[in-house]
Amino acid sequence: MIGDLLEAFSYGFMIRAFVVGVSIALSASLIGSFLVLKKFSMIGHGLSHVAFATVAIALTLGSAPTLFTLPIVSLAAILVLKMNEKASMHGDSAIGLIATMGLALGTVLASLNGGFNVDLYSYLFGSILTIQSIDVYLSVGVSLVIITLVLVFYQELFALVYDEEFARINGIKTKRFNVMLAILTAVTITIGIRAIGTMLISSLIIFPMVSVMQLRLSFKKTVIYSAILSVVNVLFGLSISYLYNLPSGSTIVLFSGFVFLVIYLGVRMRNLGGFRSEKV
Amino acid sequence: MMKQTTHIKVENLTVKYQFHTAIKDVTFEIQKGDFVGVIGENGSGKTTLIKALLGALDISSGNITFMDDLKVGYLPQHIMRAEGLFPATAEEVALMGLLEEKRFPKRFTKNDKAKVKRIFHELGIMHLLKKRIGNLSGGQQQRVMLARALISDPDVLILDEPTSALDSVIEQTFLDLLKSLNEEKETTIILITHDLATVGEYIDHVIYLNQVLEYDGPFDEFCKNTKHSPYIHLHAKSACGHEMMKKEMKQ
Repeated sequence: MIGDLLEAFSYGFMIRAFVVGVSIALSASLIGSFLVLKKFSMIGHGLSHVAFATVAIALTLGSAPTLFTLPIVSLAAILVLKMNEKASMHGDSAIGLIATMGLALGTVLASLNGGFNVDLYSYLFGSILTIQSIDVYLSVGVSLVIITLVLVFYQELFALVYDEEFARINGIKTKRFNVMLAILTAVTITIGIRAIGTMLISSLIIFPMVSVMQLRLSFKKTVIYSAILSVVNVLFGLSISYLYNLPSGSTIVLFSGFVFLVIYLGVRMRNLGGFRSEKV
Repeated sequence: MMKQTTHIKVENLTVKYQFHTAIKDVTFEIQKGDFVGVIGENGSGKTTLIKALLGALDISSGNITFMDDLKVGYLPQHIMRAEGLFPATAEEVALMGLLEEKRFPKRFTKNDKAKVKRIFHELGIMHLLKKRIGNLSGGQQQRVMLARALISDPDVLILDEPTSALDSVIEQTFLDLLKSLNEEKETTIILITHDLATVGEYIDHVIYLNQVLEYDGPFDEFCKNTKHSPYIHLHAKSACGHEMMKKEMKQ
């Protein structure tokens, strides 16, 4: 099995898949750390549906899906924020509206275009075979930008998710940081749909954070461990997907779900066994 | 004690929301070392006034002036994000109180952490320093929030119904702590409350709101004014009785 796995690295598409996977894992988990605590993690799910619609449009028009999707999904992210702020609408309702509209539009376009072809299907559930060099450069670039922004604005982002009103009173431009988070989410979703798929990409935002939150650590450790776990999930998911010829996105999500379950049950059993302690 | 330095000046303040006016044409001054109780029924504009003072909302007209670059500490009405799973320690939460004075890129130093330890020690909650905020009781969380408000050494401390989550014993200790801050450091305290029975003996200045300013002055004068009898009867009977008794004993 290890021999088979080593053999994978002799293929260019597998190396690209691992590089893109690790980059997206880092981006999604870092953004997810803040979105989950803001109770806004479903924005990733909503935006991925919009990405599905824009990919369908791009394929219909014959243009590059990533470049076409990026600005539209970013606009959708800002629209969700504005609807939440101005239109007397809760965040989940705004996301629901945008998501269903995106899915409906994508399905209608796919139908007009002769149904779900191989290209559109690969964007729905992810395919490592379709990853190209441009995706590698984009995903590495995006993850470097996200890591830098999180390092630089770590304290502001922590204040934003813990107590937004307090952050605002203390001079933090909360609206700007909300827009920044929304756009970074849109960028991560757009870059990630090649490997993971529009239907599954939001799991990379949610699973690592909720898994590590079960361990009840400090905020700093939670963010760091969540990023590490995200990379581990993607590496194992991609490896299993290669070894057993399974769809990459679905395998990563299933493996992430399995890890969450192990951590959740492990923590519950430890607590039941009377070994409850608080290590932050 | 002479209290003559004006700390905060509010002139003709009006705040309107989309469909109603929360406070209208409110004018008052708060002096250094005042212990102010902002009182009024639900919906009378108390929290709006405090948020306007903190700059957390846009005012429709009027002026709010803080003298001499005062540092302001704030303890909110609701303890935020205190669910059990929220991954933050009491220390991480308290450090947030120093955010405003940090320059870009905002980083906390060993000195800042030492400040947190000192405040926790003073508040008697040193044992909570590394505990997760979500695992603490309501009273413990309130003390951590107080530490967050006090860490920047504020000249003015604004508290929005701070004792609502506390049991009566902790409530008393908490108010005693505020009083000692007020007396020893001359910290100006502005406290929103609907519970004059509990805080009445601590405050010396009352701002009574009912969307407009109904009263601004000493607590004992408030109690004497028959115009406020309905409010006193409902919320401040014992507090006013206690205040009048104190006054008589002084005389």
